[in-house]
Amino acid sequence: MSDITRDEVAHLAELARIDLSDAEISSLTDQLGQILQAVAQVNEVATPDVPATSHPIPLTNVFREDIPGETLTTEQVFGGAPDVEEHMFRVPSILGDAPATKQGE
Amino acid sequence: MSSLTMPFEKALELFEPVMGFEVHVELNTATKMFSWAPNEYGDEPNTNVTPLCLGLPGTLPVVNKQAVTSSIRLGLALGCHIAESCRFARKHYFYPDLPKAYQISQFDEPIASEGHVEIELETGEVFQIPIERAHMEEDAGKLTHLGGSGRIQGATASLVDYNRAGVPLVEIVTKPIEGTGALAPQVAREYVSTIRDMVKALGISDARMDQGSIRCDANISLRPRGATKLGTRTETKNINSLKSVERAIRYEIQRQAAILAAGGSIMQETRNWHEDSGRTTAGRPKSDADDYRYMPEPDLVPILTSRERVAELAQTVPESPVLRRRRLKQEWGFTELEFRDVVNGGLVDVVEHTVEAGASPAAARKWWTGEITRVANERGVEVETLQVTPADVAGLEALIEAGTITDRIARQVLAGVLDGEGTPQQVVDARQLAVVSDDSALLEAIDSALSSQPDVLAKIQSGKVQAAGAIIGAVMKAMHGQADAKRVRELILERASQS
Repeated sequence: MSDITRDEVAHLAELARIDLSDAEISSLTDQLGQILQAVAQVNEVATPDVPATSHPIPLTNVFREDIPGETLTTEQVFGGAPDVEEHMFRVPSILGDAPATKQGE
Repeated sequence: MSSLTMPFEKALELFEPVMGFEVHVELNTATKMFSWAPNEYGDEPNTNVTPLCLGLPGTLPVVNKQAVTSSIRLGLALGCHIAESCRFARKHYFYPDLPKAYQISQFDEPIASEGHVEIELETGEVFQIPIERAHMEEDAGKLTHLGGSGRIQGATASLVDYNRAGVPLVEIVTKPIEGTGALAPQVAREYVSTIRDMVKALGISDARMDQGSIRCDANISLRPRGATKLGTRTETKNINSLKSVERAIRYEIQRQAAILAAGGSIMQETRNWHEDSGRTTAGRPKSDADDYRYMPEPDLVPILTSRERVAELAQTVPESPVLRRRRLKQEWGFTELEFRDVVNGGLVDVVEHTVEAGASPAAARKWWTGEITRVANERGVEVETLQVTPADVAGLEALIEAGTITDRIARQVLAGVLDGEGTPQQVVDARQLAVVSDDSALLEAIDSALSSQPDVLAKIQSGKVQAAGAIIGAVMKAMHGQADAKRVRELILERASQS
């Protein structure tokens, strides 16, 4: 049985930086709960000898040789940038209202 | 925030430190982990960038084969099991250093796990450092914070360079390291030093801590002596030299001990190391379950590594840093102190290559730990950035042995090499530094000196040969030092007996 609580939905919304109203949290809790229950049916048919699926496409070892290719020009790199300074993207103050979630790399 | 500390010895009487390390190694592949953008340090900002590096819609990552090979070799050097099958995962966080809002890393299926690294302290103690895992991931871009103190706190804006975004990294994670006691700071330093030597020997990284190609996050906690439960840990970041690893651990032990002894508790948080003050300051709170919403990376397929491939790559793993040091120390016949100078200076490789190029171990050591290190310190740079190669040093030594130059002149020749004037032979030729081996030129100078100091000549003739020293000095001066003092002495005595 998979279920999801309002608190979990609110937490996920915060992690994803999505501002949800109470009504939206309620309806999303219902909808996500149904999705989880639907997916949970897999557990009923999967036996321990069925390996977990890593990827829907049955491919492995897709590699690229270590050879440099074409890079973007300065114009292309900054074409869509709202603000540029010294050939770098200028971004607003990072530590703002939202809690910092910077990880350890 | 308190900056009180307890004396180190007292802290160790009361508490036992437990450490853990996350060492990030940047691989020196030609291209990035998932894109063909060049992997070059120090280029103009945002020049080594492809659409993938900018997280543009419609782009897809493709794994760099060489990066996987390097990771497997490193895993083997760490004594790890190489996974038959492993996969990548997305680690989500919002931060402008990676524009796609997640980092491609490995989570539940790392490529390497369960190993150990042997380290040996200068004082001879040996420790086995348990390795939990080594996994592949991509590096993030570089941020420059504007306004305030240059740190993220108080910054008004930040500038982003994506040249580093996507550079292949291997993150090596240890298990908790217990039982080091008061040796904890040295063990920390030696562990990172051993990893550095290991990746250098494997040839898979530039291994430059000062340039960030090896980075260390140090976790440490204290528990009362005799306790078994682990204390609350802090994670110190921004450590960019071996010396700092040692100092940061020592400082955190002293800081945490003062808080605990006063009845306080440690905040689980990251701490930033400050090289200048030798202290750490609070970073951000951290929980054991930081919520990164890890999920299998849907854009990449699993990597399978056959046992044949593992066996083949195992053949390419060089001897471990500890074994290599033991072997070289014996081969070179250095004393404990001499060898320590070489190791601490990070000069094992260059000394080895200089010996291979024909110099004696003693001469190689003398030049690298002496004059060359002195010049590097004077210029405030690392020895390896100087324009002198092991072949140059061997060449310099060969010129001395052949009698072409004297020890004193050799320093001038080295200075020429360091200033980019070419090989030692080229410097000797261009600056006309070769010893005057033409006896007639020497005799001319000797005659001149003898005739201007007839009293000395008389002394020499009366058997006081030590008086010849004054004439040798005058001749060497006239020859600007470019003469073999022994030959000059012979000629003086010869001349004195003739006149």
